[in-house]
Amino acid sequence: MPESAQTTARQLLQGNEAVVHGALAAGCRFFAGYPITPASEIAEHLSVLLPAVDGTFIQMEDEIASIGAVIGASLAGVKAMTATSGPGFSLMQENLGFACVAEVPCVIVNVMRGGPSTGLPTSPAQGDVQMARWGTHGDHPVVVLAVSSVLDSFSITVKAFNIAEKYRVPVILLSDEVVAHTREAVQLPPQNEIKVVDRIRPSMPPDWYKPYEGDNRGVPPMAAFGDGYRHHVTGLIHDEHGYPTQNRKEIESFHERMARKISRGFPDIQMTRGFHTRDAEVLVIAYGSVARSALRAVEDARSKGLKAGLLQLITLFPFPRSTVTPLLKQCRAVLVPEMNMGQISREVQRVNQCDCRIVKHNRVDGQFITPMEITRDLLKL
Amino acid sequence: MKQQDSGDRYEIRFSGSGGQGLITAAVVFAEAVGVYDGRYVCQTQSYGPEARGGKSKAEVVISDRPIDYPKALELDLLLAMNQAACDAYFYDLKQNGILVVDSTLVEQFPTSRVIAIPFTGIARDEIGKVLVANMVALGAIGLLSGQVDLDNLEKALLARVPRGTEEMNRDALRRGIEEAGKVNLAELPRSVMNEDEE
Repeated sequence: MPESAQTTARQLLQGNEAVVHGALAAGCRFFAGYPITPASEIAEHLSVLLPAVDGTFIQMEDEIASIGAVIGASLAGVKAMTATSGPGFSLMQENLGFACVAEVPCVIVNVMRGGPSTGLPTSPAQGDVQMARWGTHGDHPVVVLAVSSVLDSFSITVKAFNIAEKYRVPVILLSDEVVAHTREAVQLPPQNEIKVVDRIRPSMPPDWYKPYEGDNRGVPPMAAFGDGYRHHVTGLIHDEHGYPTQNRKEIESFHERMARKISRGFPDIQMTRGFHTRDAEVLVIAYGSVARSALRAVEDARSKGLKAGLLQLITLFPFPRSTVTPLLKQCRAVLVPEMNMGQISREVQRVNQCDCRIVKHNRVDGQFITPMEITRDLLKL
Repeated sequence: MKQQDSGDRYEIRFSGSGGQGLITAAVVFAEAVGVYDGRYVCQTQSYGPEARGGKSKAEVVISDRPIDYPKALELDLLLAMNQAACDAYFYDLKQNGILVVDSTLVEQFPTSRVIAIPFTGIARDEIGKVLVANMVALGAIGLLSGQVDLDNLEKALLARVPRGTEEMNRDALRRGIEEAGKVNLAELPRSVMNEDEE
């Protein structure tokens, strides 16, 4: 399989283009999708770049079929992804549940725009955060990451594939209209400096293979269709052999393993970035494009004498409680600016076990949050 | 309340209506500054759901340090390619920022501190295609902003435009630079707006 010809020269890239380069660098060789603003550039560029590395690009009839094709490709042993925005992400929820329960590694990019429904196609928003975690029904493991810049869009996409492969879990990468369409001059790292993780394949004789028996991490080795490991894949709750079960012990141990494989990986999965957090008395918790506004606001508040800090969440779910909680103990107040009615502030509130004041700053008018409005709120804390 | 100082940033907004090629002009500018000149740059845009018509604006933020907030805070330079954009965005200019208008399409100037160049007229009458008005404007802004190496601007332009149109685009760019060269920035009237009035 030819390597992608990743240029390391300085170039002007959009967030969406950087996602494409990240996916290729991570080894993605299959994309199925349906165009939608503000995610279309991802499909557009992959339609050119995937065939060039012997990969497959398919424009499907809709988003339901898109994620179906992605799941099929992944089961056949190929790293696969799709990209969409809110309306398409809604359509994907049923099959997303299938990917969770059948433990099919895949990456789903959702470039958030104003919602609900067709909403505001060209405006930024962060309204799909809780949906990314809980959009498909039933208790299910899923990882949700958020990007804030062009370089992030590259490196976090690589990380998304690595997590998907390592834990056999769908990873949802949340971008937003601002990140997706902002162009920055960047230099991407050479391929040999990029850490790429591949799923573990079975090494035992085919007769001994139990397709849903977890290893010590709770993650089963994954045979590709065609490898000679005959196995059954179903959306029904299944036993270690992959066949539907009604046995309460098997059902329970299935659910426990699904939760455990993610919780054991918390230190690896939960990513955050701190700015001026060490001596912070007030804190901003932000993610996605808003983290950039927040960084400027924090610098500005510092120049006015306020000991402010920023915790940027890259992993939204599983919620990085072990990083957030100590900061809630340290700071007297936390401001959570979001382009929604308060979807991460409720998570912050949930893990707040001290008397730290949690203040929301919400914007749902289709406009990007400015540093000035965050500074203004910070100075009032 | 006075906005925070935007410090070491230089901020440009290209504004007009959809289809005028404002985003393309901003992308070429950003590529020249970011890739060829090697500075930090963020280029953003906002537009409506329509393919043509409707408001369109694109921004370029330039700095010698990594850029946090990617959009403009206070404009150093505003290009207005129609009256609506001029009216809507004039107040986002910094005190003593530069307003550049397409005098073919903008008839009423909100201030005497204005650089009026008939970009569309030049493109139509001299280059032969209204389509390249954006590139005439790009050349003018390249010179007036003082933020980009003009040779690099031309290189970036030629690398972006469709094959077969290089000459026309280059002529448009050079014509814009030439026209802007006739402007003496020091002679522009100073802004009368002061901090207390905001």
